[in-house]
Amino acid sequence: MSDTLSHVADSHADATVAVAGTKAKPWLGPLVMLLRVVLCLVFGLPLVFLIVSSFKPDNEIFAALGTINAFLPVGSLSLDNYSGVIDRVPFATFMMNSVLISVVTVALGLLVNSMAAFALSRMEFRGQKLILGVILATLIVPFETMALPLLWWVNQLPYFDGSIGWLDTYEVQIIPFVANAFSIYLFYQYFDSIPKELDEAAKVDGAGWFRIYRSIVMPLSGPAIATVAILTFLPAWNSYLWPLMVTQSEAIRPVMVGMDYFKQMTGSTGTAWGQIMAYASMITVPVLALFIAFQRAFINSIASSGVKG
Amino acid sequence: MISLKKLGVVGIAAALSLSFAACSKGGGAQATSNSTAAASGLVELSMWTHNAGNKEELAAVTSVVNDFNASQTKYQVKLQAFPQDSYNQSVTAAAAAKKLPCILDIDQPNVANWAWAGYLAPIEGMDDVLGKFLPSTVAKYNGKTYAYGYYDVSLTWVTRKSILKKYGIRTPTIDQPWTADEFMAAMKKVKDSGDFQYPADLATGWTGEWWPYGFSPLLQSFGGDLINRTDFKSAQGSLNGDAAIKWANWFNQMGKDGYMAKKSSSDPSQDFMNGKTAFLWNGSWTAVPTRKKFGDDILFAPPVDFGNGPKVGGGSWTWGMSTGCADAAGAAEYLKFAAADKYVAKVAQDTNNIPATDAAAALVPGFEEGGQNDIFRQYSKKFTVLRPETPGYPFVATTFEKAAKDILNGADPKATLDQAVADIDSNQQQYS
Repeated sequence: MSDTLSHVADSHADATVAVAGTKAKPWLGPLVMLLRVVLCLVFGLPLVFLIVSSFKPDNEIFAALGTINAFLPVGSLSLDNYSGVIDRVPFATFMMNSVLISVVTVALGLLVNSMAAFALSRMEFRGQKLILGVILATLIVPFETMALPLLWWVNQLPYFDGSIGWLDTYEVQIIPFVANAFSIYLFYQYFDSIPKELDEAAKVDGAGWFRIYRSIVMPLSGPAIATVAILTFLPAWNSYLWPLMVTQSEAIRPVMVGMDYFKQMTGSTGTAWGQIMAYASMITVPVLALFIAFQRAFINSIASSGVKG
Repeated sequence: MISLKKLGVVGIAAALSLSFAACSKGGGAQATSNSTAAASGLVELSMWTHNAGNKEELAAVTSVVNDFNASQTKYQVKLQAFPQDSYNQSVTAAAAAKKLPCILDIDQPNVANWAWAGYLAPIEGMDDVLGKFLPSTVAKYNGKTYAYGYYDVSLTWVTRKSILKKYGIRTPTIDQPWTADEFMAAMKKVKDSGDFQYPADLATGWTGEWWPYGFSPLLQSFGGDLINRTDFKSAQGSLNGDAAIKWANWFNQMGKDGYMAKKSSSDPSQDFMNGKTAFLWNGSWTAVPTRKKFGDDILFAPPVDFGNGPKVGGGSWTWGMSTGCADAAGAAEYLKFAAADKYVAKVAQDTNNIPATDAAAALVPGFEEGGQNDIFRQYSKKFTVLRPETPGYPFVATTFEKAAKDILNGADPKATLDQAVADIDSNQQQYS
């Protein structure tokens, strides 16, 4: 078994050397750098605008539009928009809800999807390929087309307290999104690249399927776990349509629905743009932090699995 | 890299959190409320409002609910607030799941559709009370009353007296609004001065209900309409007749001549207050911030008379009861209780909107006769044309929005409006 592991490590090292050995043409350097700068500006400036505007009053946000000042921390800067957010929205509740929903969805998703992928990749049974095909086929069905039937379905389910229907609960925001075809496919693809000889060696040592899954395959699948974690976390965090349909109590709403609290056409305040920017900043920071923490594993996994965005 | 053990710990912790949260709907709040109501022997009536995030209106509505609850030995209303921007989706999803609340607020133009779809039950026994309300605040369909509102809003041309003086533009009055020629001459003068980015802002950057609410009164002032109102079966002749084509040409020309942006910014009031535009076509809700900015210089001018009289849209948020309410008598009792003038005044005052009754208007500073906001009430009384009270209205609204945007961006007016009429007529067939 250790021989096989060192073989895997050697081939990864060979691949790294091969990539490092590829030399770019010298004139490409400045061009690539220029392209990088342009891409940085394209993707970075909206974020700069968001954060800078979150400190400005509404009239100054609009006065600065179309000028460089829109991206600069100039004018009457204050934390008023942030205090306005706290005043208008139960931010801590929404944040806790989103963290709970996202973390549980990720944790359960990693478990369920990796187990499904393990069975499809490592075990042998009739109809294996057909099941994989059916799972992959569900990828082409957009969630919006399933939202209403799903709503009907969850509304018929018996709940833990004996009542019927799961509406207005945490569970209804989590359970439907645990099993995910794309996550299963990612795990399946990664598991397939792990030599099957490891399973055979483990079986010889008396390990069962669960032991192989727990002690051999999963510990070797760090990049896949990181990728699935982040790809499950992001939609769970950004979820908007479904919570809108299934939540009725403020106590269980996630952060994205909170964005709607700032748009009022009537009333004395109108739409509070500065507060929208402040709120958007507050809910973006955790996701950015997570991406930064996971980005190396994420990029490694994308590179190794050949998955494109 | 995350170890499997760590992952397991996170998973278990998360699952435990979930199990604590489980077994109670609404995060526990609803269960607590139900048990409180049950313990006191009161029947709980659920009530939804679109006011989450709108502190003033939510507080006003909550005070009405609190007064009702304090007066009751039989019913208890439990209020849940939803954000306005996504309120309709929440209601339609609840209707699909047959989980509508007993009492809910509804944007007036949706009442006919929701009544036709079976979401709403008619309100009975309130004709005397609602007879004192502004007609635009009482929502009817097929001769039955389904909802009433505490307030209405009006459209107005927001400008500054100093601008009119500087460019020699006549100050219009409710009895003598600007004619089409006067208005276009004013546009040209301001445009030629180069003092503003655009002479006018019609909030063309907004989407959704603003388009029929804000622009169908202009179409009506030209003599057209969204649909024939005799039987609401067809838009033929109303939306594609000569008057409608004149409106379309005018609308297109406003953009083409640079009198307004084809797509204005997300907040036209801010642009007006920042001096980017001279005339703002908007709702009476702009009165508070613009008055705060310009003081006595601000002017809320009446709509322009494009030939068929000045027109404004009518109808705002209204209250009704759902067909799914287990205790319709309780819902009706609340609706009767809440229609008192003092509550109309309270909600209208706290939201700076036009009070629905004369008695309430007298109680609201600024909306009393001769008050600084009385002008909006006068516009509403004199110029309001309700959006068509047909179940097909949501389709009419989106079709009109698409057609108007296409026309503004250069599509052939006649062909575009003919297509809109064909689409609307086809859709209306299901309601005949």
